[in-house]
Amino acid sequence: MAMLDIRNLSVRFDTPDGTVTAVNGVSLSLDRGETLGIVGESGSGKSQLAFAVMGLLAKNGRATGSVAFDGREILNAPPAVINPIRAQKIAMVFQDPMTSLNPYMRVSDQMAEVLVHHKGMSKAQALAECVRMLDAVKIPDAAGRVRLFPHEFSGGMRQRVMIAMSLLCRPELLIADEPTTALDVTVQAQIMTLLGDLRRDLGMATILITHDLGVVAGFCERVIVLYGGQIMEQSPTDPLFATPAHPYTRGLLGAIPRVDQEGEELSAIPGSPPNMTRPPKGCPFAPRCAHAGEDCLDHLDPLTEFAPGRFRACNRSLEELA
Amino acid sequence: MTKPLLSVADLRVTFELTRAGDMPWTAPRLLHAVSGVSFDLFPGETLGIVGESGCGKSTLARALVQMVPATGRAVWTDGTDLLSLTRAQMLKYRADIQMVFQDPLASLNPRMTVGQIIAEPLRTHHRGLADAEVKARVKEMMDRVGLLPNQINRYPHEFSGGQCQRIGIARALIVRPKLLICDEPVSALDVSIQAQVINLLAELQRDLGLAMIFIAHDLSVVKHISDRVMVLYLGRTMEIAESGALYADPQHPYTQALLSAVPIPDPAAERAKRIIPLDGDLPSPMNPPSGCVFRTRCPRAEAVCAETVPVLSAGAHGVACHFPGPLIRTRRMAERA
Repeated sequence: MAMLDIRNLSVRFDTPDGTVTAVNGVSLSLDRGETLGIVGESGSGKSQLAFAVMGLLAKNGRATGSVAFDGREILNAPPAVINPIRAQKIAMVFQDPMTSLNPYMRVSDQMAEVLVHHKGMSKAQALAECVRMLDAVKIPDAAGRVRLFPHEFSGGMRQRVMIAMSLLCRPELLIADEPTTALDVTVQAQIMTLLGDLRRDLGMATILITHDLGVVAGFCERVIVLYGGQIMEQSPTDPLFATPAHPYTRGLLGAIPRVDQEGEELSAIPGSPPNMTRPPKGCPFAPRCAHAGEDCLDHLDPLTEFAPGRFRACNRSLEELA
Repeated sequence: MTKPLLSVADLRVTFELTRAGDMPWTAPRLLHAVSGVSFDLFPGETLGIVGESGCGKSTLARALVQMVPATGRAVWTDGTDLLSLTRAQMLKYRADIQMVFQDPLASLNPRMTVGQIIAEPLRTHHRGLADAEVKARVKEMMDRVGLLPNQINRYPHEFSGGQCQRIGIARALIVRPKLLICDEPVSALDVSIQAQVINLLAELQRDLGLAMIFIAHDLSVVKHISDRVMVLYLGRTMEIAESGALYADPQHPYTQALLSAVPIPDPAAERAKRIIPLDGDLPSPMNPPSGCVFRTRCPRAEAVCAETVPVLSAGAHGVACHFPGPLIRTRRMAERA
């Protein structure tokens, strides 16, 4: 049985401008210890997908469908059900460590809180555990710095604190939402190396949410490409990059300038992403797709397996795209 | 050799910081944002400036148009030192040097229509122009950057991020500048939109013969668009070279570490790649290390690096390092492994 099983998940927000559909019927599953990358541009619904799983949607958000963790339904679950799972089973690392840490609390206090609340440890026990964990994420002089406030750390160190905090209860699944987007490239390399080491040591499953295909290439076993709240393509990492099977994935890969190759002109994707207050009836990518026909504006074929482990949602066959 | 369009020598920007509780006679603490940067920029050339946050790349750009006070020299092609000009004198050169900023929406006035925004530099620098002529030029420029001329009466909030950046580019180019300074023009944009804007900038530069200073933290983007690239660290030039030479054969250990950290969207290449780890954090620009500013994190650092500031070597491939050279496994790296 899959550890995490998401079926037909949709997330909608009621806004003054109408209902925004952020996630539109997404199904996916994740096994123990697996590393999944969710790639998409702003507004593709990748973060809201994670927030819905964690029960962290904003007040005007509604999630429908089903999210099962170890066979137990957790979507829209009451606090009595979701709270023991959050932090203990599923933990999350957010993009901006400065806004997700409490600026008024010492790192020691906000970290210890997790252990006192979830594990019933004493304050002293919790503090010792926190120092060990800060050590594990390679913060120099952890014992001396645990009493500092978040603003006294650099951006990279703050993200290490966030990661240490998320791992305190040894979660089985870590969801990292753009964990390195706010960081410089050398710091990003440090953090991704750290996440990779921790994942191996703790044997936890990881969902990495990012807009950066380069980060996914080095970290994930399997990748899901989201666009307009829907899965366009799902595939093991290597074949996705070698032979992308969806026009959007191809467009995305062609649009990235590469540091290891000589640049010709980038093949930009024309147009801009769909307005999700009026989600398109058919394929969300159709207005920007070179291969789209009339039928694409009207309906989108469901995600189908075209090779072992590889899925695509596109009305055109692979031969037609060639 | 052609004459440089802009010749910058020993440019320095120092901010004076006062802390709460300082007495009026307390000496302010000095933050050296840019310390002694020199380069030549030739007509029609694109110079990329890369570095991590806090390396002074944006401050450098702002200093060139007197948005922050600076010392040193920045000599324009007619022999004038831009840094010595008064505000009024500078106005004449502001038509030749235009900027495109990072945050596309924040750099546009929300209460002005797109037509007014794009026309503003024209109205400032060419006061005599008739309204009809201004409007015609605005529409022509909108068409040129890929905006629909019939959107001239819309407001910035009605446009997406990529379109707002096109508006910013149109505003910069309407006075036909000789130099365009782009400060992180695509870092707020999604990949698919980023490619559109990069292609547009490259095409406009080719067609209009613009010189461009392109500042970004994304090394792949800079490589793609630049003829030459300068690497900054803590306000100093570490390395400057032709783009091809710098990326294929970097000589400075910082450039090598920086390049090794860039993720490559190709699983095989990414797995084969070896990242050169940089220890610790960026030192504070308030209290930079003595000698070479990079020495505290450098795998090649020796005693001399703490004593003498390395001089940027002359020639096409300039390196500021006591031990420049291609990537090799140093003793310290071997010990660590």
